Order: sequence, then C-alpha cells, then structure tokens
Amino acid sequence: MKKLAFLTFLLLGYTVAFAQQAQPVEMADTMRSSGKIYVVIVTIIIIFAGLAIYLFTIDRRLKKIEKNK
Amino acid sequence: MKFIYQTWWKVLAVAIIFYTLIAGFLLGVPRLPIMHETIRNTYFHVPMWIAMFTVFTISVIYSIKYLSTGKEEYDLVAVECVNTGTFFYVLGLVTGMIWAKYTWGEFWSNDPKQNSAAIAFLLYCAYAVLRNSIDEEQKRAKISAIYNIFAFPIMVVLIMVLPRMTDSLHPGNGGNPAFGKLDMDNRMRIVLYPAFIAWSFIAIWIASLRYRIRLIEYKRNEIN
Repeated sequence: MKKLAFLTFLLLGYTVAFAQQAQPVEMADTMRSSGKIYVVIVTIIIIFAGLAIYLFTIDRRLKKIEKNK
Repeated sequence: MKFIYQTWWKVLAVAIIFYTLIAGFLLGVPRLPIMHETIRNTYFHVPMWIAMFTVFTISVIYSIKYLSTGKEEYDLVAVECVNTGTFFYVLGLVTGMIWAKYTWGEFWSNDPKQNSAAIAFLLYCAYAVLRNSIDEEQKRAKISAIYNIFAFPIMVVLIMVLPRMTDSLHPGNGGNPAFGKLDMDNRMRIVLYPAFIAWSFIAIWIASLRYRIRLIEYKRNEIN
C-alpha cells in the first residue's frame, strides 16, 4: 500500500501549470461540444478493460497450474 | 523474480492506462497545422516503442546473466522478452504507418526513421530464426544470448541515432530534440510520461506470463 501511495504521488507530480496557445487551427471542437468524443472513450475503455481482464485470468490460471506442481 | 508473481503493479499499470485513455482524449493539446487531433497518437504510438525498449533491455540483461551463470531460466526470460518486444515493435510500426499516412501522405515514404526501423525489425526476426535453427539446448541458449547482446545496441543505433543524423520527417530527427517545445507542452506530458511507465509494465507483464508458461513447458520436458 505504501508503494502504491508513493507511486500515485509521483504520478500526480506531473500536474503543472497549463499554458494556453492562441492560434486558430481546426480541431474536433464540434465533436467535443456535442459530446460524441465520450463515445470513443467508452469504446476504447471497454476494449482495454476486456484485454486487462483477459490478462488477469491468464495470470490466475497460471498461478493454479504452478501451485499444482 | 518474486516481482512477476505480485499483483499490485499490474493493477497499477492498468489503472494508469485507463487514466491515459480518458485524459488523452479530453485534455487539451497544442493546436498544430497538419497534425490536428492526430497529435493524440503520441499517447499511444510512442509508448509502444518505450514498452519495446523496456523488454528488450530486460532481455539483454538476462542474456548477460545467462552467459555468466549458465542458468537455463535466464535464457527463457531473454527469449520471451524478445518475443514480447517484437510484438510491441509491430504495433509501433503499424501505428506509425497509419499516422504517417495522414500527416506525411504515405504509409511508407522511405523515411530514414521508417527504413532503419524496418531493418532493426529484421534484426530481431533473425534472432527468432537463429534460435529455431539450433536443436541443442545449451548451444542455442549461448549463441542466441550473444546474438541478442549484439543486436540490441545495433537496434538502438538504427532507430535512435542514424535517423537523427540526416533529415527525417519524424519528430526528433534532423538535429531537433525528440519532444521539442514546438510540438509538446506540459498538458501532453502529464499524459505521456505515465503512459510510458504503464505500457512498459504491461509489456513486462505479458513477457512474464509467457515466461511462466515456457518455464512449465521446460520443466515438463526435463522430467521426460
């Protein structure tokens, strides 16, 4: 737990002041304002969650096999 | 080696990647012409290469360890690290090609960075071929360990050094630093650096799973 807390603290250390840039370049602002970007985020999160769960199940099955040895 | 059987760092790596997936799409990015929103590819394309470098480095360490101790397990670690690294290599190359199509105009424009990355990829394919062509276990382990130790610095030179000495379309080449002030700012760094760490640990995790499977196979063969 101590390790975890320390690591999260280290990661939060990246939070620095945000700088602004003024330059009219086309970005996906309309998509963002209509809220559709969240659909993409949910999709990739589902995909990655599935992959992570898959890896965890392999890990658990391996542990079982290793114990039986 | 106890480390690979623990769970806390796997959970942590997955959590950080979730963070990069959300923050990578929602936080602001610099507004650059040509790049537009594809600049967000940085959060996913570059960590593939960092993950690859991490497992390849571990592989070299274990190749050296194998040569100095002769322990068969170390050879298995080295192989599975190279296998996982090659997988991330392909991911990095393919994501780079797609990104190149929409910013440089072609999937493959014979850019120095792309060409030398392809050559370095063949270097690691040759590793797999070399391994599979030797039947005797100890000979195979020794020769492939030596090959691996030599292949790694050549790969680093091909990917990191040579493209920087000529003009390349890839950022970080032709004399400018990799993540320059022109195309990066702190809003990107708070997503990018955690992504480097997390994807490296995901790669280590996959390599460790493969190593554990191979270890079981190895022990089974030993008894017979």
